[in-house]
Amino acid sequence: MAKRTPLYDCHIKHGGKIVDFAGYELPVQYDGLGVITEHVAVRTKAGLFDVSHMGELIVSGPDAESALNYLLTNDIRGMYDGQVRYSVLPNPNGGAIDDVLIYRVNGEKFLIVVNASNADKDAAWISSNLKGNVKFENVSSKVAQIALQGPISKEIMLKLVTEDELPQKYYSFKWEVNVGGVKCLISRTGYTGEFGYELYCEDVDGIKLYDIVMAAGKDLGLVPAGLGARDTLRLEAGMPLYGHELGEEIMIDEVDLGFAIKMGKEDFVGKAALEAHTPEYQRVGATVVDRGIPREHCDVYCGDEIVGMVTSGTQSPSLKMPIAVLRIKLGYENKPLEADVRGRRVALKVIPMPFYKKA
Amino acid sequence: MKLMYAKTHEWVAIDGNKAKIGISDHAQHELGDLVFINLPAEGDSIVAGESFCDVESVKAVSDLYAPVSGRIVAVNTELESAPELINSDAMGAWICEVELESEGDDLMDEAAYAEFIK
Repeated sequence: MAKRTPLYDCHIKHGGKIVDFAGYELPVQYDGLGVITEHVAVRTKAGLFDVSHMGELIVSGPDAESALNYLLTNDIRGMYDGQVRYSVLPNPNGGAIDDVLIYRVNGEKFLIVVNASNADKDAAWISSNLKGNVKFENVSSKVAQIALQGPISKEIMLKLVTEDELPQKYYSFKWEVNVGGVKCLISRTGYTGEFGYELYCEDVDGIKLYDIVMAAGKDLGLVPAGLGARDTLRLEAGMPLYGHELGEEIMIDEVDLGFAIKMGKEDFVGKAALEAHTPEYQRVGATVVDRGIPREHCDVYCGDEIVGMVTSGTQSPSLKMPIAVLRIKLGYENKPLEADVRGRRVALKVIPMPFYKKA
Repeated sequence: MKLMYAKTHEWVAIDGNKAKIGISDHAQHELGDLVFINLPAEGDSIVAGESFCDVESVKAVSDLYAPVSGRIVAVNTELESAPELINSDAMGAWICEVELESEGDDLMDEAAYAEFIK
């Protein structure tokens, strides 16, 4: 049976249409709103997401930094306390076990936030491959997480906390912040390409926190937002999604994440495989020339040759045009491309990502 | 005029030997915001129970099934640029009109359909 997050009752109260996602019962959208309305709210005002299904792992101890650094493609040395960094969690073959956020609490304590669908796999992999004097904890089931995303997020939070209690820089965080009586970790992170925060608290305080934030923002235009909008927002922002743009079999030097792959650092899992590998594919953005929405798994053709596939695709609510992420062979980005959309050839036009940039 | 519904949630308004086809309000609600419609062409023949058109919400593609058989004599091309009209007025937003050959099996009247979607 599918699990429920600590916020399940909030979704029912707000008219959430519940679907199974990564083993959790979560709202895809809310009655009276819908994907487009929720999406537009995040771009213009604010939306509140339940992301408690995400996994949280803690690695601590004198060797935490070096042990973790060996398991990541990014370099986590030299981060400051309260900084967040994106990384791929590579497998020995150069594919991705997951993509994760690393939160440095201090030099000997790191929080790792992972995708729900990979949380058990990640926990098993990390716990069995950490070297040295480290302690590993999987606290996923004890943590509730909400994402407040949108241009008025700060205005909403300032009704609950002081300016000093909020993380100022993108990809930084403050912890043990008191938000209406709930002890939270607040980070300036998100998966929407919009200004916003993610708030973590103990599972038992989840509903209280959700209600406090919703009450603070309601009159300003805050709405609950579901998984449907989360996907269209991240896609407009050109952010990869594990299982679509990333996977165990997809070499991570073919996904345009060079900023998070530090080949110059000391040895890490998958480094040798990546050094020996010559990229053949690339991740690019596209729209269509005429009509039609290329969706994931559509083959991409150049003439009669299949040169790749669509890994994600949707109608962009902000741009009001189809957008798609392609995994295609190198050298084909400037050639005439077509997607096979359910038997119909749809001409593609490669365009830069992110598709949408906040004003 | 006779209004009937298919189990696959299309409506058909039969008037003599002509019939207009659309999808029910329940169906548009379940599908969510529609962003694309792949309309059939005038002159095409449709067969009851077979797919004749597809619509896309933000998230997914859905086939629509013909509630009747016949030849298409008109297409509501307004929907091509504004598929959201189906969301705002599902019973008004007809998709195509056919010259009726036969009705599909298991069509329901309004009361039976209301019961069916309960």
